Amino acid sequence: MSPSLAIFRGLKHAGIDFVASVPCVNLQDLLTLVSEDPDIIHLPATREEEGVGLCAGAWMGGRRPALLMQNSGLGNCINALASLDMLYGIPLLMIISHRGVAGEPIVGQVPMGRLTVPLLKTMEIPYQNPASGEGERAVLASWEEAQKRRRPAAVLLDLNYWRQA
Amino acid sequence: MKRIEAIALAARAAEEQNALLISNIGYPSRELYSVCDRPENFYMLGSMGMASSIGLGLALARPERRVIVLDGDGSVLMNLGTLATIALYGPKNYLLVILDNCSYGSTGSQPTCTCYCTDLAAVARAAGVGMVKEANDPQSLAPALKGQGVVVTKVEAGNAPVPIIDLEPEEMIKRFIQSALPAEPS
Repeated sequence: MSPSLAIFRGLKHAGIDFVASVPCVNLQDLLTLVSEDPDIIHLPATREEEGVGLCAGAWMGGRRPALLMQNSGLGNCINALASLDMLYGIPLLMIISHRGVAGEPIVGQVPMGRLTVPLLKTMEIPYQNPASGEGERAVLASWEEAQKRRRPAAVLLDLNYWRQA
Repeated sequence: MKRIEAIALAARAAEEQNALLISNIGYPSRELYSVCDRPENFYMLGSMGMASSIGLGLALARPERRVIVLDGDGSVLMNLGTLATIALYGPKNYLLVILDNCSYGSTGSQPTCTCYCTDLAAVARAAGVGMVKEANDPQSLAPALKGQGVVVTKVEAGNAPVPIIDLEPEEMIKRFIQSALPAEPS
């Protein structure tokens, strides 16, 4: 199974039916799968923080939301994650393409690449870092944790994840 | 028109339309709470700029339910991309009301760009929002509150002397979600 299809199957298995997204090159196949699914409302957002707001509203309306983004966008949504999702107890599944780690060719990705895990830890946001064959299971487990704890949870997909056949 | 008068009109419209009402952070939420508290009101206590996005996600999730958002000029300027997203994806059950007092009213009335040069109705139109109205008095605001898209209302700067909201966030969202639930099939 392709790495993108594994994540998509995890989303479907978790019952995700509302997705907000800001693209990353590594998410392109997943974004196509999400866009073509008639049972998922997909909203491309202009900025990741906007996506947090869209997903919060969708959850308040009874949907199961996920935010698809690059880790650079994590920095754009910290206040909304804290003073909206964490304050009110709103679950959110974040599917994050983790750039700026081992194998990254673009130097501009490195600062946020290094800060991503420390930021998640500081915010006490649980995260998974699935390896080969674990994408689907990680997505489902992450949503279940978000729902149970009524807070954001993240799946970090690093450069190695996408190289897996 | 004072902002609290515009908020009272919006609250009455929301009640009449059985609409869910998302209210912006700071004094606007406090003013709404003081003039008309309903379980269908969601009072933002943080995440400045997110009101329009929360409302849009809600309106898309619940297309059969009317959703009204009360936002401010400072908050819309903080999340200006929302107008482009609303232009493309805003459903007909969604209305964004921008109460423009040309200032950051909850932090000491520092001027925003709308005080000098920025026309948010023109920005909304340029972003592609099809239905944009300007309603600067109660007579024009009342009918505009029945519409969709974006309404920009100029209001006086300054806050009404209202207390802080004595609801816990958990209680606020719990009762909101309950009141937003679809009606049981009979």
